[in-house]
Amino acid sequence: MATQAADFQTLSRRYTADKPFRAFIQKALGGYYNKRDENKANFQDWQGARDLAAETKYEAVNNLDTYLLEFEEKIVARGAKVFWAPNADAARDYILKVAKENNVRSIIKSKTMTSEEIHLNDALEKEGFGVFESDLGEYIVQLRKEAPFHLVFPAMHLTRGQISDLFQKELGSPATDEPEELTMIAREVMRRKYCEADMGISGTNFAVAETGMISITENEGNARLTTSLPKIHVALLGIEKILPKLEDLSLFLPMLATAGAGQTMTCYNTMYAGPRQPGEPDGPEQMHVVLLDNRRTELLADAEQRDALGCIRCGACLNVCPIFKNVGGYSYGTTYGGPIGSVITPHLRGLKDWKHLSAASSLCGACTEACPVKIDLHHHLLQNRRNGAQSSPNPFEKISFGGFSLMMGRPTLYRFAAGLGRIFQPLQGLVNGTILDPLRAWTGSRKFPTLSSTSFHDQWKKERGGRR
Amino acid sequence: MNGGRAIILGRIREALRNNPAPRPHTSHSQVDAAASQNGHAQRQWLPKVGATLPEQIALFAKISEGLKTEFHHVSTIAAAREVFAKLAAQGEWKKIASHAHHDTDALLEGTGISSIRTENGYVIDDLESCDVGVTGCEVLVAQTGGIMVSVESAGGRALSVLPPHHVVIARASQMVPDLTAAFEHVKKRYGKRFPSFMGFITGPSRTGDIERILVLGAHGPKRLTVLLVD
Repeated sequence: MATQAADFQTLSRRYTADKPFRAFIQKALGGYYNKRDENKANFQDWQGARDLAAETKYEAVNNLDTYLLEFEEKIVARGAKVFWAPNADAARDYILKVAKENNVRSIIKSKTMTSEEIHLNDALEKEGFGVFESDLGEYIVQLRKEAPFHLVFPAMHLTRGQISDLFQKELGSPATDEPEELTMIAREVMRRKYCEADMGISGTNFAVAETGMISITENEGNARLTTSLPKIHVALLGIEKILPKLEDLSLFLPMLATAGAGQTMTCYNTMYAGPRQPGEPDGPEQMHVVLLDNRRTELLADAEQRDALGCIRCGACLNVCPIFKNVGGYSYGTTYGGPIGSVITPHLRGLKDWKHLSAASSLCGACTEACPVKIDLHHHLLQNRRNGAQSSPNPFEKISFGGFSLMMGRPTLYRFAAGLGRIFQPLQGLVNGTILDPLRAWTGSRKFPTLSSTSFHDQWKKERGGRR
Repeated sequence: MNGGRAIILGRIREALRNNPAPRPHTSHSQVDAAASQNGHAQRQWLPKVGATLPEQIALFAKISEGLKTEFHHVSTIAAAREVFAKLAAQGEWKKIASHAHHDTDALLEGTGISSIRTENGYVIDDLESCDVGVTGCEVLVAQTGGIMVSVESAGGRALSVLPPHHVVIARASQMVPDLTAAFEHVKKRYGKRFPSFMGFITGPSRTGDIERILVLGAHGPKRLTVLLVD
């Protein structure tokens, strides 16, 4: 078994066994459901908005080359530099080069999952750069040397007590169990960092081809400060984040807010068209946009699952997923967790090592229903299962299903097997759940139902005399 | 200069060649082709906004309340000055930051509090030490309770986000129904020469990163005041 799959089993077992933790996560999500539904109800028609969002993303993703070139032309004309990074190495090397060439000393970052994907902080720190995450949740997990637990809520797995302990230990701040006081401690620390930093690194939520702008969505104001005060702004941009027109944002900004955090609009939605222009009072002297492929084109080549490139990383599918709610973000072992992560990770990092994630689903379809851009998530999970079985067939599975289909196709054989089951089930009771139990995979955590002493066929014959 | 460009474009074109993706299932509703072309298709699905100015102001006020934006609708600039003076006294403001703008200038006339202006550049620590940032705006968005700002209308990038209190002054004529209208406004005003920064501010800075409990003033302003003058 691949180590990734074994890790998933170990971690998911540990997290699902932790009942207080599960209750904590579900409580945190409870408020989200209420606010999300309230905001969805304000739409004249949420389903119509989803249709239009899906259509818009379809147009963008299926003409990706055209829109990327239009975006590049427009933003370069405004004085930004665009770097096309085929993989994570190229993106990291470029950002390191920019930092070195400009004698950067201190780097401030706003939230970007793309930088998690390319392990940017590690690379920068290894070269001696101080890197500070400014988003509160990201800052907390950075201090803990952890990855984000959730795409949108990075520190949702931590209690205020844990955060207070962390701040006492790392920042020498006084103990408190007030979220407001904890937030103000981080605010004071970060204020100094913004003013000192000479490079700001951000992600990008949308890139507008028509006007050559990047759009960043956030609540805290940290991204605005990150992109206002330092003299260099580096924006990481997955190639799929493109939108054709500026007005498309008037659909996507409220949809992202509603699906992502149950808000009407996120507090700050900001469009940047290049670095500081002549006559402007502030802003960075340099703006670098790093366009990242990193195997997104593999997903693009899979026409069946191409719609997954429409993902706006709102996290709605995580929030409704019965698996995510119970195994939590860390079990996945991926940058992108939850249903969308299970769908795209096999494309981004290889089917062989990551196909097991697609099996961790009840196929209930809650994710597909929640998705604001109508990605057919649960069917893609099925397709990944199929692709996984085709590319590396499991001989034992093949024999079992061969035997099963043989039996199910022949009534005599079926009756014979069911008869054997009735004879042997009492014996199974003696070894229930132990290593000798042939049904251990099931009985290890569940009860196997007792077979009825007479079959349905026999009962029918007896009661109705075999009449139809 | 950058070989990555050719590599990525090559991969994209290879991936898309003779390989069409199934269209999204949009059985629920017909997308209006005409509306789609002029960029208005979203209007029929997004939250509804009344057609008249009083309706739009009422909606803006209602959403502001939920967002904890302090909204004051006054009839004259003199009345706006009174509100501002009260805020200044309450907050014991010692230093104000603003920018060259007819409305902010009118608002700040005769306050007697020391002030800096950002339009010709500023020292970061100087701006950081101000008690309040006073700006104009592009438009107010009734649909979302948002304030659209830009370099031009809000004195650069940092003035509206670095000081702990942001005061915005706007005229009733700056109210637009929705986000689509806000984008139309900037397209009309700037043509293709957009400022390098523009955006929507929808309430004071906030976070829910600790136990999903709302805290205002995460990194940006803790308070946001909108003064709407007829």
